[in-house]
Formats: sequence, C-alpha cells, structure tokens
Amino acid sequence: MHGQIPAAKSKRRVDHLLIAEMVTRKARVLDVGCGDGDLLELLAETRDVDGRGVEISREGVNHCVARGLSVIQGDADTDLANYPDGAFDYAILSLTIQATRNPRNVTEQLLRISRHAIISLPNFGHWAIRLRFLVNGRMPITGSLPYSWYDSPNIHLCSINDFVALCSLIDARIERSVALDGQGQRIGLGVPLLLQNMIGSQAVFLLTRETGGR
Amino acid sequence: MVEASLAGDVIAEGVRASLHDPLPANAGPQADAGDVATFPESEPLLLDCGISLGPFSIAYKTYGTLNAEKSNAILVCHALTGDQYCASPNPVTGRDGWWTTMIGPGKPVDTGRYFVICSNILGGCMGSSGPSMRNPKTGRPYGLDFPVITIADMVRAQARLIDHLGIRQLFCVIGGSMGGMQVIEWAAKFKDRVFAAVPIATAARHSSQNIAFHEVGRQAVMADPDWRAGRYLEEGAVPRKGLAVARMAAHITYLSEEALHRKFGRNLQARDVKTFSFDADFEVESYLRHQGFGFVERFDANSYLYITRAMDYFDLPAEYEGKLANAFKGTQTRFCCASFTSDWLYPTRENRQIVQALNAVAANVSFVEIDSDKGHDAFLLNEPEFLATVGGFLNASARRRGLPTHKPQAD
Repeated sequence: MHGQIPAAKSKRRVDHLLIAEMVTRKARVLDVGCGDGDLLELLAETRDVDGRGVEISREGVNHCVARGLSVIQGDADTDLANYPDGAFDYAILSLTIQATRNPRNVTEQLLRISRHAIISLPNFGHWAIRLRFLVNGRMPITGSLPYSWYDSPNIHLCSINDFVALCSLIDARIERSVALDGQGQRIGLGVPLLLQNMIGSQAVFLLTRETGGR
Repeated sequence: MVEASLAGDVIAEGVRASLHDPLPANAGPQADAGDVATFPESEPLLLDCGISLGPFSIAYKTYGTLNAEKSNAILVCHALTGDQYCASPNPVTGRDGWWTTMIGPGKPVDTGRYFVICSNILGGCMGSSGPSMRNPKTGRPYGLDFPVITIADMVRAQARLIDHLGIRQLFCVIGGSMGGMQVIEWAAKFKDRVFAAVPIATAARHSSQNIAFHEVGRQAVMADPDWRAGRYLEEGAVPRKGLAVARMAAHITYLSEEALHRKFGRNLQARDVKTFSFDADFEVESYLRHQGFGFVERFDANSYLYITRAMDYFDLPAEYEGKLANAFKGTQTRFCCASFTSDWLYPTRENRQIVQALNAVAANVSFVEIDSDKGHDAFLLNEPEFLATVGGFLNASARRRGLPTHKPQAD
C-alpha cells in the first residue's frame, strides 16, 4: 500500500496529486472541505501525514470517520476560528474556496492556523468560460462548474489573477503555483500568468505567511 | 391488584438480596456474574468531598482476552442506570447486555480482538460500593451515610481497577451519556493512560435543564413514604412508587417527540373508548408505567439519588478556569465524538463544545452527528451509521496502536 504517489490510479483527482507533491512527509495537515476523504487518504498513504479534516456535509463526515480518518463536521467560514495559531504545517482548501462565504477571511484563517496553505480553485478566467459568457450572455455551465446560477454552491468564483491579487492584499507569499489545462495537464512553468489565466482550467497555490505579516 | 403487588414483593426481595452482597445472589447458572475487586482500608479512595472511602469494592465484567503487551484493553463506561453487564445477560433481570449493538464478536468493539472491561460505577447497586452495600463499619447498609460522590470519583475508582488488572494504558475508553462524562474525565485526568477516547451523546457540564429533571426524580423518590429517610433497606421497605415515577419522567427525556409519536401516537391501550378514569387509557401511559415498574425491580433508589447528584455536579471546564480546552492541553489521545440529531438531553451543541475544546488544543478528533429520530437512547440502539463510524475509528486507532490488523468488512 505504501509507496510513491499512485498516479496511475484513475480515480485520483489531478489537483489532489499536485497537492500531495507539495506536502512534506509526516507533516500535520488539515484538509478543509475534505469531502469523502480521498485527499486525506492519499496523503496518509503517500506522505504518512498526521491528517485531519473538516467537512460540512454529514454524509461526508460519517463516511470519512468510518474509513478511519479524523474528520469533524464543521464549516470553513466559522469553525477555523477554534484552532490555535500554527497548529498545522499545511492547511488545505481544495476546490472549496469558491463555496465559502468569506474567502478572504478563510484564507487568512488558514494562514493563521498553519505554516502553509494549499488552495486549489476552478479558474473563472478560463477562455471557454469567457467565450460562453460573451456569446450567450448567460452564466456559463462547464464540466468543472456544472451548476446553474440559481442552485450553485459556488458563490465566490474568481480567476487566477483575482486570487493572486487577494494574496498580495493579505500579505500571503505564493511559494508555488501550478495551473492545469482542461485535460488536467500541467501548464509549463514558463507560461506567463496572463496566459495561465486564459488557458488554466484550475490552479493550485502553495502559500506562506509573509514574515512580519500578521 | 393484589396479585400484581405480590409479584412485586417477590421481585423486590430478590433485589434486596442482591443489593446487600457484593454480587447478585440470584445469578443464574448461565449468567456469568463477573468479578469484584476489593481494595483494603489501607488503600482508601480519596473522594472529592474530602472523605477517604475504604475498604471499597468495584464489581466488573470482562470479555475477550488481554494480549501479552496488555495493549488491547477497552474500558466501557456505563450510563446512569447501566451496569457491568454490557455484552452478556444481566444475572438479575436475565435480559441481554445493554450494549450488544456495540460490543461482541464482530461488533465495532470486537470482543474477538479487544479485551473489554466494564465496571459497575462507584455508587452503583450491582456489586460496587454504593449506598445499598453493607457499611463494614456498622454492619448496616450505608444508606445516606454513603459519601456523595462525583464523576471524578467514579473514574478514580476505575483507574484503581485498571491498576489492579495490571494495565498501564487503555487502548480505548468508550461510553455514552454519563459514560461519556467518564470518558472525558479519563481523557483529562489520565492523559497518558488513554490511547483513544469515544465520548458519545454527552456534555462537559450538566445543563440547568438536566439538573432540573434530576431534581424531579430525586424529589419523587424522597416523597415516597417507603423511602424512610433513606433507611428503607433496614426497615424492609422499597420506595417503589417514587423510584418508578422518577424513571417514568427520566425515560421521556431519553426519547424524542417523533419517536413517541411514531410508537404510540394517541393510541388507546387495549380498549376502544376512553374510560373517563385515570387508568392508563393511552398506550404511552401504559408503556411508561411498565418502564417505571420494571426499573424498580433492578435498581436501588438511593443509588439513583447519588448517581444523578454526581452527574449534576459534573462541570469539567470549571476545574480549568472555565476553559474546557485547558483540560485537554497536551493530549495525545485520539478522540471520536458522536451526537444524535433528535437527542435533546445531550444535544449536538453540547457535544460540539467538547469538539471545539479539542480543536483549540489541536487534538486528533473526529466528530459525527448521526441522523436519528430515536432521541438520546439512539446510542444504545441499532444505528448502522453510528456503529460504522465507531468501528472505523477503532480500526484506524488499532492500526496506530500497532494491534494486529482486522479484516475490514466489505463495503
């Protein structure tokens, strides 16, 4: 069971594999919005982490605990405040930030309770979304954002550029960022941000508190 | 009426016999009554009230086998009216153990894998020192001479039992309701002796509403003329009616409105029309009377007073400058907390306070809220999602503890 990251496992989400690469072995990890616990299990198997999870849906939590994962039912917007400063090495928010009520506050909380934050997000600046909106004049529905505007849990969508701007606003240093195209392929490191924002379907950021910051 | 009261007397006689002696006297041949550990006067238990209790006895029952490393022991803490017979027939009532959904071969607390210890709490009436036991100094039942005890005293007594069994660290301490209070007390006071803890449907402090319900129960007992100022055992009486009323009131708090409605509605009991009397016209009345009078057969009224008092006094945060988190500072224990949506006695809110305190010290904690309409009693019933989460938690903890792997059941 233990070994390298099993990239071949088709059920693994690409952003999960990317996140697992960013996490050091035996780290203390909090996965906020951990769903069914797939990422936590991946991290436990491949990185031997001391992992915890927070999940808002009761079914998700119960499923995780029955799998043997340490997960509590909670809300990223309200419950991160309960954790002490620097409790974790990595706090992860994977494809969840767009569903929070206050993404800025959540990001700041992640960087308070953890040395690093890893945040992945669907890129609303992707060319296909822009094109759909331009042509149809209606809120775009895509593979990664499959909801209609009226029943979408995604209430705070942003582009890669928007998120980079937020990081600069709250003094979060971007240690690493990787954009993935629609096929889940990494977009080369040399590609300028403006272009990543155009062709990236999602992005993963590794953030650190600026020393001397809050 | 005469027949019923006669039958009651016979049963009460049996209970009295069991109350005086360390072990139930009428234990059937097939029911294993378990063991009793007696600690001599030279090794008394120092109680929160300042009194040293000694000698004292703790009756207990074990299931499964302790491994060579003594690393697979699970302590099961029982609730207000429970006993040590969690997974085997109760020798007094002949009924099944009270937690057979949770404990047994192949169950979440797998007796094929773990060594399960369940002790009758201090103050109880199934063989541990309590008000119905004979006071060795006077030769008479303690009655109200028994010191007022606390949850912490119960846990200290359990710790002495665990010492007696030669176990340094428990793999897990698990319990619901008052059992959950003992679990968090264990986790707070004996941090290095608890590898994993499962407090279920409980609270870190007893709420005002819960104290109020308990007071109703105690007043019902004490208002019964047969209580005889607590000396009923010597005088050959049993405050049967008072204790039954206490149980009836308490039993309502263990259920939920939905569960009562589903089970009984406004159905009439074995009659087609109302009788225009105070007979048990409604099924729900008949059910409560049955619960009340069945309870009297197996439980001591003074024990009921002492144990409800101990629960009322429970306030763990008060011992830590009002901050529950301080109770868990530095803990290495893995926790799994659980609550039930329809439990209004120990609602999710109060269980979540324990979880938040554990988060505040970055403890390893899982928390599930189980969707159930069965009220507080849900933790004793067959709630598959609840049992699956506890089983999953214990499996993962056993892996961490290095216990031999368990074949997981297919999904």
